[in-house]
Amino acid sequence: MNYLSEAVVWLNDPLNWTNPGGLLDRLGEHLQISFWAVLLGCLIGWPVGIWLGHRGRGGSAVITFANLTLALPTLALLTILPLTPLGFGKPPVVAALAVFAVPPLLSNAYTGLRSVDPEVRDAAKGMGLSGSQVLFRVELPLAVPYLAAGLRTAAVQVVATTTLATFVNGGGLGEIISAGFGLGISVGGNQIVAGGIFVVLLALVVEGLLALVQRLVTPRALRAAKRRRPTAAAPAG
Amino acid sequence: MSFLSWGPAAVPLAAPADDGPGNPWFSWQYVRDNAETLRGALEFHAGLTARAVVLALVVALPLAVLAYWIKPLTGPILALSGVLYTIPSLALLALLAPAVGTTTDTSVLIALVLYALLVLVRNALTGLTQVPDEVRDAATGMGYGRFGRLLRVELPLALPGIITGLRLATVSTVALVTVGSLIGQGGLGDLILGGFRNNFYKAEIVTGSVLCLVLALVLDLLLAGLGRLLTPWARRRAA
Repeated sequence: MNYLSEAVVWLNDPLNWTNPGGLLDRLGEHLQISFWAVLLGCLIGWPVGIWLGHRGRGGSAVITFANLTLALPTLALLTILPLTPLGFGKPPVVAALAVFAVPPLLSNAYTGLRSVDPEVRDAAKGMGLSGSQVLFRVELPLAVPYLAAGLRTAAVQVVATTTLATFVNGGGLGEIISAGFGLGISVGGNQIVAGGIFVVLLALVVEGLLALVQRLVTPRALRAAKRRRPTAAAPAG
Repeated sequence: MSFLSWGPAAVPLAAPADDGPGNPWFSWQYVRDNAETLRGALEFHAGLTARAVVLALVVALPLAVLAYWIKPLTGPILALSGVLYTIPSLALLALLAPAVGTTTDTSVLIALVLYALLVLVRNALTGLTQVPDEVRDAATGMGYGRFGRLLRVELPLALPGIITGLRLATVSTVALVTVGSLIGQGGLGDLILGGFRNNFYKAEIVTGSVLCLVLALVLDLLLAGLGRLLTPWARRRAA
């Protein structure tokens, strides 16, 4: 337990929070990178997933893509992308993380649109709604709980994976941990453990907040049936 | 620094070389010259993956059976696995490494086992709960006890779920091993990171990444083949 108490002592030092490159700085970076990555993932994953789900095809392609990204090490993308024309800095990190945010968003959007009751769709068509009207007035509202579930999975995964940005000096809370390793276990052990605890807490807070959001946007009648997450996440980074 | 900043100052010192012949994305020359290192890293990577997945399976199956037999335990076990899922791998490694030490790969192994565990328990439990009630009743009617029914009826029927879990766990474990390069125990991840730090040696990065992908693919295919061998009835039904 000694090592836990040392971490608490480290966390209790206000300088470790307010220093340049301290916890608050890194937390800001972390959230910023995660936000852009999730946004980029949504901009790509949702339209494609909604379109494929609306057309009712491409299901196996979605699964293949999701499985492929599962096999792709985050570290590989994080190190390869800066060497492409994207250049160094935040853009390649955001792009790499967005790649891992797309599968849960895409597959949940697809599942959400596919799981709309065919009779409901038929009824909407029978009422004279056009294809896009069916999509925007019937299918999308019914798929919102799935979209929210995908967002939650993707966001938690990205927040967790952003920790790895430190491997390429991309900033974020992982820097605290790797700086601790840089000092060596005997000196930086407290910092390593403190950083670990902080990142874990952040991931849990994000998970909790988004679970709340998911609950809020799910109509009451659907809540009991949708307790299980439609698509499980990959282990976070 | 003054003499370094002299000249075209806009070019940062650590910029990658041009995409010219000096630093290609892939080079057989590199593969030939470093065959020994590559093989060592690949063996370490595959060995660590195998150890992690086998250990995880040994722990996961009893847990899944426990959750299956004792229904009130299902919720907590799945909830715990969900919470563990959100924990970043680097943070888990940061919590484990100071306690276990970084001279061996034990801390990486523990982290990998924990992550693989979650996938395996979930899928095994799904497989077990999907055994039809009639089948269970028929087995009981034939005089099977609890363990006999489990070993000879329920587990074989749950095999497709277990194999699916095994495949997912293996593929993601291969990718996760690379995170171990934080403490120099990352197998092919050490190559990827080493290439990045070694003045952005693209051939080393790409070779490491490709080997990672190939390893995941090969292991996935092997397990899929194993699944087909173990569940001949599923093939017959499909035919």
